[in-house]
Amino acid sequence: MNKIIAIDEAIDKIQDGMTIMVGGFLGCGNPHRLVNKLVEKGTKDLTLICNDSSFPDYGVGKLIVNKQIKKLIASHVGTNPETGRQMNEGEMEVVLVPQGTLAEQVRAGGSGLGGFLTPTGVGTVVEEGKQKIEIEGVEYLLELPLKADVALIAGQTADKFGNIEYFGATRNFNQLMATAADVVIAEVEEIVEVGELDPNQVVTPGIFVTHLVNGGAK
Amino acid sequence: MDRNEMKNFIAKRVAKMLNDGDVVNLGIGLPTKVSNYLPEGANIFLQSENGFIGLGPVPQEGQEDFRITNAGGQCVTILPGGVFFDSSTSFGIIRGGHVDMTVLGALQVDEKGNLANWMIPGKMVPGMGGAMDLVTGAKKVTIAMEHTAKGSKKILKECTLPLTAAGQVDYIVTEMGLMEVTKEGIVLKEINPEYTVEQVQEATEAKLIIADDLKEMQV
Repeated sequence: MNKIIAIDEAIDKIQDGMTIMVGGFLGCGNPHRLVNKLVEKGTKDLTLICNDSSFPDYGVGKLIVNKQIKKLIASHVGTNPETGRQMNEGEMEVVLVPQGTLAEQVRAGGSGLGGFLTPTGVGTVVEEGKQKIEIEGVEYLLELPLKADVALIAGQTADKFGNIEYFGATRNFNQLMATAADVVIAEVEEIVEVGELDPNQVVTPGIFVTHLVNGGAK
Repeated sequence: MDRNEMKNFIAKRVAKMLNDGDVVNLGIGLPTKVSNYLPEGANIFLQSENGFIGLGPVPQEGQEDFRITNAGGQCVTILPGGVFFDSSTSFGIIRGGHVDMTVLGALQVDEKGNLANWMIPGKMVPGMGGAMDLVTGAKKVTIAMEHTAKGSKKILKECTLPLTAAGQVDYIVTEMGLMEVTKEGIVLKEINPEYTVEQVQEATEAKLIIADDLKEMQV
């Protein structure tokens, strides 16, 4: 089994019109090399699921600026003025989702749940078009799972089975998105031999990871 | 007070509301300043919704690690005893009622405890980020803001902007006073002695209930 592939081969897994998830929070924990390569290749009409649209020149923000995104599902777009412009001009569809709901939608997608009930968004525009369910006197919104064709995630160290350790605040959506796509491509800073990682420290089990890209390769 | 002094005054008063052991989430902007005035000797656990508890100060120049950032994307540090986690755990903490207090700014807040702070239709649509979850899930919601926006009133009978959450606000702290949102309406509990009750009411659209034991606001 060899999960390590070249970055060009990794990006070739993404076709025009696909739905992709990309980990990261305002670029922290974003698979920057994969995203840069996707910008270079110019794959278009993508649906992007990401926490935010980052900054115009950092992380997934570049995909927006390069007009590769047809639809964006995110919790925050305020740091990238180009997102707002494309949204207002009707060039890109933007679905804004509360961050906790977005995280849980991805988690539900990856863990076989048909949806979940959250109190977040009750009494706001977020409830429009959604089923409201009352349980023991409290109103909840029924939120549905999210899945993707390809997830691009970033980790610190992986072994050759794809087991991943993270560093700092970079886990954010990476850990969740690793579970919720047909093809999961992880960009990591270092790849080590099987057995070199402490099983107690692994956060993403390698069974979720389809391909590894060695971001730290010399 | 100039605007900066005003913001620090508000932040200092909010900081005094926190207790030893509290888990607290501070919003971007003015609320972040609360971290400069945390009560001495108390363990306050600052939560950063992008995935950790134990939010520390901004590192010195040259010491930045881009893998450790706050919810505004700024490089920060993690304190001893801090812990990192993923976004689902982070929002489990938030929605699950494990955050004692969230401190946020507001565009508008009203006497029913409704809050609007995430969009102005046609003008500014940044997205709600984690605000809706925070306001819905935190045990106490404190709004820290200037009392008016360049003279235009922000504490209203009813919010006109799209809501962040309905009926969730507990406290409002401004340069003029400290208010509590109750079923009866907004109660002015503390007043900055630089202002009169009449002046505070004049700057507020909602009808204020003046606490019987109205106190001087101390920071």
